[in-house]
Amino acid sequence: MARLFEYQSKILLKQAGIRVPEGDVASSPAEARTIAERIGRPVVLKIQVWVTGRAKIGGIRFAENPQEAESVSREMFGLKVKNFTVDKVLVEERLAVKSEFFAGLVIDDAAKAPVLIFSSVGGTGVEEIAGRHPEKISKLAVDVRTGLQEFQARNLIRRSGLGGSLSVDLADFLTKLYRVARTYEARSAEVNPLVLTDAGQVYAADCHLVIDDYAVSRHPELGIEIAREFDRPPTELEKIAYKVEEKDHRGTFYFLQMTEVVGPADNAIGFHGAGGGGSMMSMDAVLKHGFQLANYCDTSGNPPASKVYRAAKIILSQPNIKGYLASGSGVASQEQYHSARGLVKAFEEEGVKIPAVIRLGGNFEEKAIEILKAYLGDRGFKVEGYGRDDSPDSCAERLEKLIKDNDNLPHRMKPLAEPDHPEGSYRFDTLTGSLSLDHRLCPPCKTKGCVEACAPRILRLDETGMPVLAIPREEAQKGKCTECLACEIFCKFHERDAILIKLPIPGLKDYRERTRHGHSGE
Amino acid sequence: MAILVNEKSRVIIQGITGREGMVRAQLMKDYGTNLVGGVTPGRGGQDVYGVPVYDSVEEAWEKAGPIDVSVIFVPAALVKNGALEAIEAGVKLLVLVPDRVPIYDVLEISSAAREKGASFVGPNTLGLVSPGKAVLGMIGGRAERAREWFKPGAVGVTSRSGGMTSAISYYLTSAGVGQSTIVHVGGDAVVGLSHPEVVELFEKDSETRLVVLFGEIGTTQEERVADLIEQKKFTKPLVAFIGGKAAKSGTRFSHAGAIVEGNRGSYETKVKRLREVGVHVVESISDIPKKARELLGAKEGKP
Repeated sequence: MARLFEYQSKILLKQAGIRVPEGDVASSPAEARTIAERIGRPVVLKIQVWVTGRAKIGGIRFAENPQEAESVSREMFGLKVKNFTVDKVLVEERLAVKSEFFAGLVIDDAAKAPVLIFSSVGGTGVEEIAGRHPEKISKLAVDVRTGLQEFQARNLIRRSGLGGSLSVDLADFLTKLYRVARTYEARSAEVNPLVLTDAGQVYAADCHLVIDDYAVSRHPELGIEIAREFDRPPTELEKIAYKVEEKDHRGTFYFLQMTEVVGPADNAIGFHGAGGGGSMMSMDAVLKHGFQLANYCDTSGNPPASKVYRAAKIILSQPNIKGYLASGSGVASQEQYHSARGLVKAFEEEGVKIPAVIRLGGNFEEKAIEILKAYLGDRGFKVEGYGRDDSPDSCAERLEKLIKDNDNLPHRMKPLAEPDHPEGSYRFDTLTGSLSLDHRLCPPCKTKGCVEACAPRILRLDETGMPVLAIPREEAQKGKCTECLACEIFCKFHERDAILIKLPIPGLKDYRERTRHGHSGE
Repeated sequence: MAILVNEKSRVIIQGITGREGMVRAQLMKDYGTNLVGGVTPGRGGQDVYGVPVYDSVEEAWEKAGPIDVSVIFVPAALVKNGALEAIEAGVKLLVLVPDRVPIYDVLEISSAAREKGASFVGPNTLGLVSPGKAVLGMIGGRAERAREWFKPGAVGVTSRSGGMTSAISYYLTSAGVGQSTIVHVGGDAVVGLSHPEVVELFEKDSETRLVVLFGEIGTTQEERVADLIEQKKFTKPLVAFIGGKAAKSGTRFSHAGAIVEGNRGSYETKVKRLREVGVHVVESISDIPKKARELLGAKEGKP
């Protein structure tokens, strides 16, 4: 995750030459004891979660000796704090605090620069300090091309009302903090409190770094699992979704769960947006109609049908949703029939019984709506397609009506079927999956419409009249096969159902098994 | 008039031989954008739809003549290099289309642009269009669609979401209200020309009589527009629609910029601040054309 825990942040500070309290992170009470023994002095124990005000909820406590560290930490592990379950506790030496300051860095969108903030009083939130002691706060926009100069840091400290040798030590700290933020491309860095000890030394007593999501790939050393800002650790389903996104950069796929467990009585729906702004607008419309969102999801930026398919499969891995709403801005530049095909494949495989309102406005929306109607709507699925002239509000209203007409039946999640390619079929790999044509079923087919349907035109009929690749296999695998799903859908609904496109989603099968046994009551 | 781009603007595409670059070269050319060249290092001497390709921006400038705008379609990790190259060569307006450009790269581009008096739209932008004149980027997807969706007129559009940029403009067109220039400022936390800079340009544009703004949670862009209105630096009627009412604090919604951090950037604070200074904040997208017509009509003294 792009947000680092305190103990991770402190490791980076220490490497940069900033003084941090001696200590280590513990995963069990026994470990906490060992660490306290090693420190050999009274310690402080701090739960590792991303919430402010830990002290007030018993998340920061003191211990005089290792035994006490063990017993105190035992009360901390397993503690539920918002969406967190505490599984790590930082054990550190207690500092003899003489005074406290605040130091932070944020990326300021108005200045278009990192801005350093220093306050000669600390301990509380910076907004609170700004309210009470505006004269003790000073700020400086840093030019990223030249970096922070030591004299600039000294002036920043001076303007907050401090001077003397302390200002030199603090300026040294600030230049190092800036270097850490710049090196690891932090969107924000906060040290609060920054402490001056009785012995006259400057310590970072707390630290929170948030790394830029888009720079995470340049810093594998940070071991960040999901490069996304959450206010809690990612759910299992979010991790599965992120793996899909990570492996396929064609278009965007963004998934987060708004409600981790949806009960049969909840009025929750699966939400599938397209485009950030349009998704937010549509989400607001849905909530206005009294629904809860099981999830937020966005597939956009011209995603292939396979990506939309995987997104739908993940959304449909949430039992008890009452309906499915797909809606974006309504006037998308991307060709919308790709999304329609992704949805058709997913809904068909899942045998979805809940109603769905799919608003696919934009380029080629007529074709997209037609696909939804022909392969889902006309075949008994409660799926309706809409275009750019239908507002998100009217779509939410329509879904509300359909859910009512469907007696509020909750979505029953099926185990994930992962059929194998038939023995002896003609196969090739695609960028993220594999495709098989079962030539034994082909002879009676008159149309050979798969060749016609193929958008990138990479299929041909061989001398025996069988559809095969018209390009080398390696090219298909490298992306010439765009996974548009058109051949499979054509063959399934108009001909012999001889084509299978396998688009695996690692971890989803197990996840569904566990979820079905866990809380679906089946 | 229009802002930022018109039919005379001399435009190049960096990354013209890539998948997106080629498709969008066709869109821009078909629409009528004055596309004078393309750049892909190592591909100098080729052409894309009749547009000559050069090895560098400097070479393009020497051989094709002065360049007003460069539209950049290169992978996110290479955007910084491409943008600095264009700025160095003397290009004064860049359009950075790619998504996922690291934020410190954007800050470096911004610092270099400031020094050379250049500006940029994006990153993570669909681009912009001055209807009937020129399109930059990928907005509209295809030329015939862009011609159908966007019509010349008196409304300036500025938006933080690509899809919403098209949607709002399309609904305006459907209601018979044309647009002067449509700008997707980009979805990132730091963008080159943000809402306040764009509305200031609309203020100076004689053709623009009203501005429609699509804002989102996160960043200070909408608040800074309110400041401009308060300082009388922006005086034209403004209709705003803000997304993200339902968003939770501390969680990012698709766009890197769409995150509420603490009390800053929430839906409520933005709407309150905009209404304080007399902005017409509407609750639904269908209210935008209605409000625009009403305000344009009233300004002309019509009922």
